[in-house]
Amino acid sequence: MILDILVQGAQMAAVLAAAPLVTGFVRKVKARLTRRKGPSLIQPYRDLARLMRKDAVVAENASWLFRVFPYLVFAATWVAAALVPTFAGGLVFSWTADLIAIIALLGTARFFLALAGMDVGTAFGGIGSSREMMISSLAEPAMMLTMFALALVAGSTQLSTVSAVLASPEVGLRVSLGMALVALVMVAIAENARIPIDNPATHLELTMVHEAMVLEYSGRHLAMIELAAMLKLVLYLSLIACVFVPWGIAPAGAGVAALALGAALWLAKLAAGGFLLAFFETSIAKMRVFRVPDFLGAALMLGLLGTLLLFVSRSM
Amino acid sequence: MQATATLLTVVSALLAVAVPAVALSRRPWAGTLVYGVSLAASLAGLGVALAALLAGAGSELTLPLGLPWIGARFRIDALSAFFLAVVNLGGAAASLYGLGYGRHEEAPHRVLPFYPVFLAGMNLVVLADDAFTFLVSWEFMSLASWALVLAHHREAANRQAATVYLVMAGFGTMALLLAFGLLAGTGGEYGFSAIREAVRDPAVSSLALVLALVGAGSKAGLAPLHVWLPLAHPAAPSHVSALMSGVMTKVAVYGFVRIVFDLIGEPAWWSAILLLALGGGTAVLGILHALMERDLKRLLAYSTIENIGIVFACLGLALAFRADGMGWAAALALTAALFHVLNHSLFKSLLFFGAGAVLTATGGRDMERLGGLIHRMPATALFFLAGSIAISALPPFNGFISEWLAFQAILQSPELGGWGLKIVVPAVGGMLALAAALAAACFVRAFGVSFLGRPRTPEAGTAREADRFSLAAMGSLALLCLAAGTLPGFVIDALAPVTRLLVGGAMPLQADRPWLSIVPIAESRSSYNGLLVFAFIVLSASLSAFAVHRLASSRLRRAPAWDCGFPVAGAATQYSAGGFAQPFRRIFGTTVFAAREEVTMPPPGDMRPARLSLAIHDPVWERAYLPLARAVDALAGRLNRLQFLTIRRYLTLVFLFLVALLLVLALWT
Repeated sequence: MILDILVQGAQMAAVLAAAPLVTGFVRKVKARLTRRKGPSLIQPYRDLARLMRKDAVVAENASWLFRVFPYLVFAATWVAAALVPTFAGGLVFSWTADLIAIIALLGTARFFLALAGMDVGTAFGGIGSSREMMISSLAEPAMMLTMFALALVAGSTQLSTVSAVLASPEVGLRVSLGMALVALVMVAIAENARIPIDNPATHLELTMVHEAMVLEYSGRHLAMIELAAMLKLVLYLSLIACVFVPWGIAPAGAGVAALALGAALWLAKLAAGGFLLAFFETSIAKMRVFRVPDFLGAALMLGLLGTLLLFVSRSM
Repeated sequence: MQATATLLTVVSALLAVAVPAVALSRRPWAGTLVYGVSLAASLAGLGVALAALLAGAGSELTLPLGLPWIGARFRIDALSAFFLAVVNLGGAAASLYGLGYGRHEEAPHRVLPFYPVFLAGMNLVVLADDAFTFLVSWEFMSLASWALVLAHHREAANRQAATVYLVMAGFGTMALLLAFGLLAGTGGEYGFSAIREAVRDPAVSSLALVLALVGAGSKAGLAPLHVWLPLAHPAAPSHVSALMSGVMTKVAVYGFVRIVFDLIGEPAWWSAILLLALGGGTAVLGILHALMERDLKRLLAYSTIENIGIVFACLGLALAFRADGMGWAAALALTAALFHVLNHSLFKSLLFFGAGAVLTATGGRDMERLGGLIHRMPATALFFLAGSIAISALPPFNGFISEWLAFQAILQSPELGGWGLKIVVPAVGGMLALAAALAAACFVRAFGVSFLGRPRTPEAGTAREADRFSLAAMGSLALLCLAAGTLPGFVIDALAPVTRLLVGGAMPLQADRPWLSIVPIAESRSSYNGLLVFAFIVLSASLSAFAVHRLASSRLRRAPAWDCGFPVAGAATQYSAGGFAQPFRRIFGTTVFAAREEVTMPPPGDMRPARLSLAIHDPVWERAYLPLARAVDALAGRLNRLQFLTIRRYLTLVFLFLVALLLVLALWT
């Protein structure tokens, strides 16, 4: 029991500690792919520390909501990230929230962030919030249908059970799982505001979504939001890894050796995912904002098709 | 005996206070009297209903009223006890709100007499145990609410809304009348117990089901019978809007559940598919309408349509499971539907109260003229925010629980037989997920534009916080939303007798789960713990805030807004409600509403401003209702000539009709 709680605590600490590193790694790989040297891997930690130490400059007409919501956004994302099995399955609190609840927690975080973007009453904040909600209005159902497909294969919506079932040999290759993977990757790209949906590196131009929404933020509040965004990237990478590459996750009650192996494998999976993301981002151009619905509509249809196939195949 | 008699006493207290209200309504204390008595009566009713639901004791009572050979029968079973609790909870909240809000009423003599009658009517519908009493109470409820819609009759839009409402209500009651006529059969046994036991042809049952769907669905706001709802609900005073949207639609759901789950027996196989498709379609259509709307109260009314869609989709799922003999899954789906009924009555009343407070404070409900209200009305803003989170189906509030239960029920449905269901159910799952995501966008827009940012008009800039009673009503509903979201197990357990009565199964007992988790089927399949999620979020948010303030920096500087270096002073440069909806209009609106945007740009050198014109069409209203209205109009024009015939011709007509009728009868037998 004590070990279980330790594992859960370690997992919460690990996602938090790894989040800036993964972002730094993706930036580094992108820089290397475009033949730049790029900032150091630990630059995001330095950025966060610097932001935290600075004064927070808050617009004159900002309300309490503007100052409270960054912490709530961070908290909701962190709770969601802590419930995704990373290096160890059978987390103590895994029964607190299943897949559907994890998606909904991310929805809560986004709801708060979109409202915070509208608090000061500037054009940029509004456009960012509006577009963020537009993207999520398609990404969230696509994600939900993908989760339906996974849950139907596993017969459960508990993430640790899903992961354990998909790791077992009898599942095998399935068309619906392939569709779910593609849909999930597309949603992950959209939700993390990556190219081709949004560009995390821009700080101007009307094309930006996430950055426009948080334009008014500075200092510690911005640090919390940035950290939440980094956490979200780790969450999605871990989610895809624990469902589609579930091997190596230490089962419940495993020894220290298995845990260490799981942790090493998790880092390797994050690195592989981060590399693929960077490679994909470098090789593709950003799309116009009104092409995004086509992109996400495809994800939605793939998710629906995957679920439909499972519904239909169940009777045969 | 006890519970029914007590509730009838409550109803008669409500009716009794309406009588002096007619005479005294212009006195300043009349509002306090009417709303005070209504509050007390509703609280008493709530207590009795809850006791009946939890104790599981049914009771009935026959009064020598109405039709001479059957009397008026009243009965409380688990189903009616649950809905009575919902009705009286909503009634109590609205009465508490009315104590403060009613003081601003400009025409109290048009509100006060009808308000308690409306509450009494809704109670009577749920109490009724024979078709005659049910229909009379139903009409009673409809007419009282119609009178309330007409309270501000000097505005032409309200008069039109009332006319449409009256026509639709009459149509709905007619459908229900025919449904009960079919169910009662030629014997004319109108008691519910006789209807329940009667054996009837499947075709008759199917027809009765469709008629019940039309009758109850039109009152609940099921597409395509929803057109009156966004007109009529906002036209009434805000606490009545809350009752109509939050409670009266639930009474309609009760009527449907009573007829289809209890009275008809085993319905036809396609009824589940029909309900699922209608429910899913209604949910998406309703929330898309809400996203396009700029009137705060109409937005809420459209969102009611969405929520009714969710309820009906869950009911369809429950029917499908019941037909396949999967009692546990049917119980899960029905629990989801009833839980959503409760949730919607809580947060929709709360949001309408908030909209009413905004209306009182600023004199308008057009979102484009609001903004920045969080500074002037902090408490109202906080409660409206709670309602917005809850209605967007986000944890840790209650809307998420019913959504989650619905998804869990959908995930059980691959076991269902029949190809139709296999295709419809996943599609409906996708529609519900889409509706939930759109609802989040809709309420970010509603709250963000109305309460955040800078005031767009002087009225919004000088708004005053709502009175104590209104705040108390909103605050208690917000707390209930949070409580139902964090402790859902108790609600699910309370619903167990209802599901046992209707589908012969119940969800497993939740109260004895460790940490108050909810587990619909088995722990290995799915579980959720709202209390822990709430505690985790609050804990980690306060911990991180504490750590950051302690270890890093806690200094704060106020400065003008940054806005990318180009801050423009005017409040009109903020994102507007129309601007926020533009991406959605472009993605969904062009197909669903045939939305067209046109920018008229003057030629270079011309100093006139550019204009954006926007055309949105309501497909249901323009394709179905207007042609129908035109056809009726044309037919009436033709038949008009019959009004001016001589007596000779009338007699000939009567004679010819009699002959025709006799011929038909002769050929029939």
